[in-house]
Amino acid sequence: MRVLPYGERAVLIETETPLALRDALASAAGVVEIVPASRTLLVRFDPQRATAEDVAALAARPVPPASATVGELIKLPVTYDGVDLEAVAAETRLSLEEVIARHSSGEYVVAFCGFAPGFAYLTGLDPALHLPRLAEPRTSVPAGSVAIAAEFTGVYPRSSPGGWRLLGRTETTLWDVARPDPALLSPGTRVRFTRS
Amino acid sequence: MIEVLSSGALLTIQDQGRPGYAALGVPRSGAMDRRALATANRLVGNPEQAAGLEAVLGCCLRFHTAATVAVAGAPTESLKWGEAITVAAGSLVEIAAPVNGLRHYVAVRGGIDATVVLGSRSTDTLSGLGPARLRAGDYLATGPEPAAPPGRGHAIPAPLADAPLRVMAGPREDWFVPDALALLATAEWSVRSESNRVGLRLDGPVLARGRDGELRSEPTLPGALQVPPNGRPIIFGPDAPVTGGYPVIAVLREDDLGRLAQLRPGDILRFINS
Repeated sequence: MRVLPYGERAVLIETETPLALRDALASAAGVVEIVPASRTLLVRFDPQRATAEDVAALAARPVPPASATVGELIKLPVTYDGVDLEAVAAETRLSLEEVIARHSSGEYVVAFCGFAPGFAYLTGLDPALHLPRLAEPRTSVPAGSVAIAAEFTGVYPRSSPGGWRLLGRTETTLWDVARPDPALLSPGTRVRFTRS
Repeated sequence: MIEVLSSGALLTIQDQGRPGYAALGVPRSGAMDRRALATANRLVGNPEQAAGLEAVLGCCLRFHTAATVAVAGAPTESLKWGEAITVAAGSLVEIAAPVNGLRHYVAVRGGIDATVVLGSRSTDTLSGLGPARLRAGDYLATGPEPAAPPGRGHAIPAPLADAPLRVMAGPREDWFVPDALALLATAEWSVRSESNRVGLRLDGPVLARGRDGELRSEPTLPGALQVPPNGRPIIFGPDAPVTGGYPVIAVLREDDLGRLAQLRPGDILRFINS
């Protein structure tokens, strides 16, 4: 673990277990906001109540094992008819059926959100499906598109440009600001894709 | 009611932003110079959190009802800058594009009304949250009269491009050659025309990487100086994405963040490591 400076009111912590460390720091005095990524955690603090050294000392304590893995389980029904499905099958040397089976059999965990409000990076993708992003991103990807890129899978919460490979689509609304929790998927949420 | 007659280069509703939702992928957004907007609000008796207008290169408004208005941000001669004024029903308020600086903040007593999204009325130009950017022909409503009377006194003009922006070493300074941070602080940088609320893109010498490889995407904050492979830094603004995959060499001091609002394409700026 390393604690790196990030301006006057934040530190960036390198850790193998960002969600477990997030949970451990969530109620610490002076901590204003915690933002996880795949191997880092940004901790914003109130400089009147804490210092970077305080946060570093708290982060150095032993962390209980990831309670994040007991996050809520969300099932997303998917129609596997994405425009990249055949190309993914060709590049991975799997049949269409195998690609779908491998994608829909895993249990995923939201590692972090980014790119757009409610866009969750899900970890747990079958290594056989790890492929780089498209060389040329699409200017528009429809909302609800279920896609993969590198070690992640995710769902586009709304129509946007995007370079992930599209496997299918879900009708479930991922992001709705009228809901008390606008993001259906947030760091720690567990996800399963089911064939619809 | 306030009618937008002309919206300059970009006219948006802004308040102090929507911090606290970065873990869901939501940028902080809000006024680029939050202090200038808070000052304008204070002058008209609004709470500092009230929504006002952020105008890039001026704007023109028709007040169909009498109102108390204050302008802060870039210096202007079109209105009594930094002082609350009362305008009669039917008045035209034209704020000319500034000669120095770029953005004005217009506060109206009662605050600009708009639907609150995640605690804020701000337009987020990156993620599309909040009200749409304003166009000629749009009408704006104001909120209820605040309890406080209009404030007295004058706003203090924000410093413009001449003073160096203060930075601290960032989390990935060690991804660059050893003298890169020193080069950042000694070189002259010019603001590129592609700059906006998401980020200010700079031209200048190349800040060379000292190591190869790709950084995993990590959380970012407004004020971060991220360096893409071309070696030219981008200073993240309020609408910047909440994660980024390029190393951050330095981070602006909090007090200097608001100065980004007044940097125009072509402006020359300097940094100081302090």
